[in-house]
Formats: sequence, C-alpha cells, structure tokens
Amino acid sequence: MTPQMGGVDSKPRLTKADFTSDQTVRWCPGCGDYSILAQTQKLMPALDIPRENVVFVSGIGCSSRFPYYMNTYGFHTIHGRAPTIATGLKIARPELSIWVATGDGDGLSIGGNHLMHCMRRNLDLKILLFNNRIYGLTKGQYSPTSEFGKKTKSSPFGTAEQPINPLEIAIASECTFVARSLDIDSQHLTATLERAARHKGTAFIEIYQNCNIFNDGTFDDFAAREVRAERMLMLEHGKPLLFGKNRDRGIRLNGLEPEVVTLGQNGITERDILVHDEKARQPTLAYLLARMTYPGFPVPVGVFYSASRPTLEGVLETQATQATAALGAGSLERLLKSGASWTVS
Amino acid sequence: MSVETEVSRPETVVQELEEVVIRFAGDSGDGMQLTGTQFADTTALVGNDLATLPDFPAEIRAPAGTLAGVSGYQINFSSHDIRTPGDAPNVLVAMNPAALRTNLDDLEDGGTLIVDADAFTDGNVAKAGYKTNPLRDGSLGRYRVFEIPITSMTLKAVSETGLAGRNASRCKNLFSLGMVFWLYERPIDYTRGWIEKKFKSNEQIQKANTLALLAGYNYAETTEVFNTHYRVRRAELAPGTYRSVTGNQATASGFIAAALLSGRPLFYGSYPITPASDILHELSRNKNYPVKTFQAEDEISAIGAAIGAAYGGSLGLTGTSGPGVALKSEAIGLAVMTELPVVIIDVQRGGPSTGLPTKTEQADLYQAVLGRNGECPVAVVAPATPAECFSMAIEAFRIAIKYMTPVFFLSDGYLANGSEPWRVPKVSDLPKIDVQFRTDPEGFQPYSRDPKTLARPWAVPGTPGLEHRIGGLEKEDVTGNVSYDPLNHDRMVRLRAEKIARIADDIPLIEVMGKESGRVLVVGWGGTFGAIASAVELLQKKGSPVSAIHLRYLSPFQRNLGEILKRFDKVLVPELNLGQLRTLLRARYLVDAVGLNKIQGRPFKVAEIVRAIEDLLGEP
Repeated sequence: MTPQMGGVDSKPRLTKADFTSDQTVRWCPGCGDYSILAQTQKLMPALDIPRENVVFVSGIGCSSRFPYYMNTYGFHTIHGRAPTIATGLKIARPELSIWVATGDGDGLSIGGNHLMHCMRRNLDLKILLFNNRIYGLTKGQYSPTSEFGKKTKSSPFGTAEQPINPLEIAIASECTFVARSLDIDSQHLTATLERAARHKGTAFIEIYQNCNIFNDGTFDDFAAREVRAERMLMLEHGKPLLFGKNRDRGIRLNGLEPEVVTLGQNGITERDILVHDEKARQPTLAYLLARMTYPGFPVPVGVFYSASRPTLEGVLETQATQATAALGAGSLERLLKSGASWTVS
Repeated sequence: MSVETEVSRPETVVQELEEVVIRFAGDSGDGMQLTGTQFADTTALVGNDLATLPDFPAEIRAPAGTLAGVSGYQINFSSHDIRTPGDAPNVLVAMNPAALRTNLDDLEDGGTLIVDADAFTDGNVAKAGYKTNPLRDGSLGRYRVFEIPITSMTLKAVSETGLAGRNASRCKNLFSLGMVFWLYERPIDYTRGWIEKKFKSNEQIQKANTLALLAGYNYAETTEVFNTHYRVRRAELAPGTYRSVTGNQATASGFIAAALLSGRPLFYGSYPITPASDILHELSRNKNYPVKTFQAEDEISAIGAAIGAAYGGSLGLTGTSGPGVALKSEAIGLAVMTELPVVIIDVQRGGPSTGLPTKTEQADLYQAVLGRNGECPVAVVAPATPAECFSMAIEAFRIAIKYMTPVFFLSDGYLANGSEPWRVPKVSDLPKIDVQFRTDPEGFQPYSRDPKTLARPWAVPGTPGLEHRIGGLEKEDVTGNVSYDPLNHDRMVRLRAEKIARIADDIPLIEVMGKESGRVLVVGWGGTFGAIASAVELLQKKGSPVSAIHLRYLSPFQRNLGEILKRFDKVLVPELNLGQLRTLLRARYLVDAVGLNKIQGRPFKVAEIVRAIEDLLGEP
C-alpha cells in the first residue's frame, strides 16, 4: 500500500499495485486477458471501495483464472456456475462489490441458463464476459460465439451452428446495463468498466478478447488499429451514430432497418443520423445496434443500454424489514411456540 | 381391549379403544389430504399420540374417478405410545369406487367401511374397473359397510348459501370429516376455526364448508346409522408442550433455529421439487427471522447460491430430492474442495430418474455418501422421525460449521409428509452453535487447520487483511494456493478424509434398544425407525433375543458401531432400497449382514419386519 499525504483521518489511497496478487499470471504471452486484468486493477483504486469488500468470482476457462491475479477476495468456482455463487453471496452480503469473470463458453454455453437468470434478477453484480470466440483452455474447440462454418479442432469441416450474440442475450434477459468493449483499446475498456462499476444493478460487458494461440486475429477485420475508425462505432449517449476517420459516415434508420449513409451524399446531413439513447424506455435501439456486424456495418462498442430498476437484494431487504416491522423480529421462543399446541402435565 | 359404557343417548354406546387406524381415500380433487390433516391436527390437540401417512399421486388432477387419481391419508392414533401410521386401517372412508378398489385390500377383516353411496354410479363403477357394483354384489361381506349419501346430503346442507354444482359438492370432504369427528369423539372447533381463516375472503365458500362440516357431525349424531361411537383416551405422553408437525415443517423450523442459535443468517437456495418444496414454502414465509430464501433457476444454481452465501458467512442451505442431488453433485465437490459449511437436504423419493415423485424410498444413501467425482467425503446425518428433523437440522449445521464441510441431511417422503406430536424443547435445552470467523491477518493462511478438528478458518469477504482466493483446483496444504504437486494432492485427499473421520469423536455413541448382545440385531436408519422399533419391541415383549440400533449418522459412522455389530449372531438391515446401508456395513465391518428390502414406494409395515426377524431367529 502506498502511503499518501493527507489529514490524520484520511486513509491512504490504494494503487494498482494494491490490487495485484502475488500469483504468477499464467495466461499465454500476448493474450488479451492481460490487458483486461491491467485495466481492472488500474480502475479499482478509483472506485474507492475498501479492498476487502471486493470479490471476484469466476467459472472455468482461461478468463476464469482472473480472480487469482486480483489481490481481493476471489472464488474460482466450477464451469458456468459463477453467477450462481455470486448471486448467493450478493443476497447474503449486499454491501460487497462483486465481479463475475466469465467467457463465451463458460457464460453462454455451459452456464447460459445461470447468466440469463442472473441478469433478469438485476443483482448489483458486474459481469465481464471475455469473448474470444473459441475454447482456449481445452485447446481450440469452437464456442457458441464462433462464426458459422469456422474450422476448429472439433469442427474440421467447419461448424454447422449459428453463433449467438452475447449482447442480444443480455438485452433479452432484461439486463439493466449492457455494454461492449475490446481488450486492445485500454482507454475505452477502462471507461466502460468504470461505467459498469458505477451502475446500480447487473452490468454486463462483452469484451472482445484476442486468443493469440487458438483464434488469433479473430476481431482484426474491424478492430485492428489501422481499420478501427472505419469499421467500428463508438457509442456515446446523446450523440449521433457517426464513424470513420473523418466522422462522415453514420447510421440512419430506414423503416425498421439501420443503414450506413455518408454525410453530404444524396443530401444527407447530420440531422438524418440516428442519435444514440442508452436510456431509451425500451431496449429496441440497443438490440438493433447489437445486431450490427461487420461487414455491412461498423461494429458498435460502448454502452448500448442503461436502465434503472430495483435490485433483487434491495427488494429482499425491504421485504425483510417490512415483515419484521409487521410481525416483530423472530426469536427462538416464538419459533418454538408458533402453531397450535397442547400441554401435557 | 374394549369397554362399553352407556352415554346420554340410550341407543348409542361408547366403545373405548386403545388405537385406531383410519384411512381417508378419494379422488385427488376431493380434498383427502386436507381432510386427513384436519383430522390429524384435531387428534393431536385432543392429546392422542399419532402418526400419519399421506399417500397421493404425482398428477395434480388425474381424470376424476380413475384408479390413478386416488389420493389417501392414513392416520394412526392411540392412547399409548405409537410410532407408525399402522399396518392395516380399521376404518376406510372411500369417496368413490376407485378409492374403494385401490384401498380395500389394506382394510382389516371386519373393518369399518364408509362409502359415499352417491358416487357409486354405473359410470364410476366402470371407471374403477369393477364389473358389478361392489355395494350390490355382496363382495363386501367381510366388512361393516356404511353406505351414506354423502354428496346429496352435502348439497342439501349447503344449498342455503346459494352454492351449487361442483362448488357445492366439493364440500363433501368436510361432511365426511364431520361424521368421523363424531364417530371418534373429536371436537369440530379447530376445523371450524381453520375454515374461517382459510376462506375469509369468500364468505359463501366459508359458510358452505362450515355447514357441510356441521351437517356431517349432526348426521352422525342424530341418525341411527352408527349405533356406536368410539373413545380413544389421551395418550400418556411425557409432560410438556406438544405440537403436531410434519417432517418438512420440523426441518424448516430446525434450520431457522440453527440460524438463531449460531447468530448467523440462514440462506436457503432451492428449486421446487416434490417432496421437498414445502421446506421452501415454510422458510419463505419467515422473513421476520434471519432467513433469506432464493428460488433458483435450477438445482445447480440453488446450491451454487448456498455455497456463495456460506462463503459470505451465512448458513448456506439447499434442499431437494434425489434427482436434484444428482445435479448438485459437482457443486458439492466444490464445497468439499473449498471446505465451506453447506447443508444439503435430500428428501428422498422413489428413483431412479424421475421415478416415483410422491412416494418414499431410501435409495439415495450411496449418492449422499459416495456420489461425486474424486475422493469427496462429506458428513451425512438422517433424522429417524418427523419431529426429529428439528434437532437433526441443528446438528447438521453444528457439524458443518465446526468441521467446515458440506453435510447431507437425508430425509424421505415418509418423514417429510408424515406428522406426529412433537414435544417442543425449551430454548435453554437447545445446543449453542459456536461460530468463529477468522479476523486476525497475522499469520493467516486460508488452509491452515485446527489441530483437533482439521477445520480450516472461515474467513469471509469484508474482513480487512484476509483477502485470498479459493476455488475448485487442488489446494496447496496450508497456503491454499493452486497446486498440482503429486504428494500435496495425496496429502490433501487424506486430510479431507481424516477431517470427516474425526467427526466420529464428536457425535453421541449408539444406544442399543434392548439387550447389549443376543441372537439378532436389527440395524436401521432414517424413516424406518418407527416400524423397526415397533417390531423389535413387540418381539422383545414376547422374550425374543432381538435388539435394535438406529443410525442417525451415516458418515462417519459412530465409534461403537463395529463393536456392537460383533456382539450379535445375526444382523438384519431393513431398508427401502436394495441394501445400501448393508453394503456399507459389510464393506466397513466385514459383517455378514442380511437385508430386508422393500422398494414399493411405501414404508415398512411392522408385521413385515416382525416376520423377517422371526425368520432369522428360526434359522440355526
């Protein structure tokens, strides 16, 4: 812990080093996970949460090694089940800041059911889904986000399965905060993580993460530095959906279909461009944006949707308070005496 | 034994009985469970000892009048100590031909049969598979038959409320209950009060049900159909306050008590499943206690959440039946590896697979003791009676917390739904559950161990200076870091086994029912206690050299078990499975135990156990 100048009462501010555990990081050199870890460790001191109140929970997979490297409380659980453990912990201890690290296999395949229900319950949890579109830890089988026809060890002739989109699942699951970022854009990633951290309710971030061993360059088509400006769309609340190096291309709504248009062509001005509204009453726009893929569209990143709704743990606390006010606090004496009884003397 | 005495109405006599077994049977929509429960609760308040056996189909409403749709509720009540719902009913109330057909074989010869004569229409008789109407063909000659037009009298009784048709005839179960209340000298007040509360939002239904109950009672009292009514005196129970509880109710109360005794909140994660759901219902109602409930999306989530809550310092509890345990197995392994105090309730039912959801069985013993990947030891306890579910629930968490381990609580459908009088303990008689969280960062190691219990420290998030990581990968001894070292793995596997083994030093020794040595020892566990104890006592009274022990601890076994087994020539293990405890006993103690095994979804009858013991005694 690095001491800082301050008044007698002021606590020393924590630094990134305080959130770095003594365990050797064992991801492959060059893995996108390193960046996500670094940005998370960097963000933590800024959140001003006591370190002992932070818990990272994970399932199984490369992404799920994450808790070992955070010098916080951590629980590396079993495949797909991290949201369940996080749910119990959050209900039991609402004051804790709980983060779930998962992947496309862990979160969307074996743990799909838990992820869906966790999001609809709106516990105040932060879920980071590292999407590398491959199974890395088991050495290269296709995942539920692998593109149709992809050749992998378990699909030598190409997959025969349609991939699913994590953000669409999140939206359909009534998640109250839905965002996407990417490992190689550290600034964007930090900002998105911070937005999630400050959201009250379940925050879901899909993080495009490169697996340089089994699926290297899977996002390069649009995410590589030299093409990113032309092929990705940075979402900003209240701002028009413009992209391109010169910000001269944008998204216009044609009926219910989005289309890419160029400013200045065919009389198109900025007023024709769709304006991003992450707080829209319905997540319709968020869903429409989530379905935009390259080629054809720029790939959006940022906050797609953000809504305010009571948290599960908050509702449960309220119910407990109300029941106690109405009935009086339960005690052993009361418990034993409840119900019809008779006495034998 | 019976004594006849005159009462005020000269034409009726009161016959005194020591013990009566009544079974109510009807369509699953006829309200037989309700009728039985009301009779049982009233009987408890009158002061009889009692034991009940609800028996219902898995279908909520099978087609009316069919054999598949028959639902029954049996109650045994007495003026002396009883332990089972009775082998054969003395009285059968059959609301239709299907109920008669499926239950008649159990009725004792000369038993009383009360039928709703209105329900014996040609259609219903045919639906039940009878070729001729049994009320007309003389086939019921062995019984004392009372044909009573229950439906039509119910309709007349409730007509003043304006209720008609199906809604009116649905009150017929209360008419029957009223009759039986009179027959056995039970007061109707308790049920009247219950009706008032239950239907307080619908005055018409409330009134109709009350009228039906009264009409049944008055019909029995004023007509000359029944010339005798029966008195069963209060049982000579030990002094104290009593409540009638089902096993599931006692289970829920016991776990709430564990929370209050430990000062830690209870967290219950569960997915609805028969016959465990009532525990979820019961705990969900008690939000003014330190109880949080979570209806999970599936069985895995239910235990995952319980593990998360235990990690956070709550009493992590999950409850299910056999198929749910199968789904939870991997997570139980996680709780073993991370050494967290979680209790898993398994209310066993007939298996495998979906099996017989509403019927009882004891076939999950292997699953509880052995059913996980790897060397994965857990503690297993099993209550013996519905009321004992209360104290064993407290015991389960005492062990879980002291030894930082998952503990199985093996109930079964028979215990869960059956009820009996429970002598409510005094608060001061309940054990304390000591909880020590680790708080000192000095020298903290997540996998250091208490030298005596081998428990690791309970270090909960939120404690400054104890930030650490746990998980399902093998742990390095002491530090808890991930370790793939071969010798470390060997050491950790043995440590986890030894920790469970040491629980044996911390649980009561087995007490032998009867002489300490002899010809035959009967060894039971779980819900078969009542039948076994009744059978053994019956034979002991005749001087047979038989004793019994009943195991409440299945893992680890109690320390004196091996030595007791050696003192008897023969060991009989009655189980509602193909011999799971027997196999464990044979493996552990090299004892040539023989089994009495019944897998019919029904509890043992006392006579079945008596016969098996006598057979064994008769062998050279």
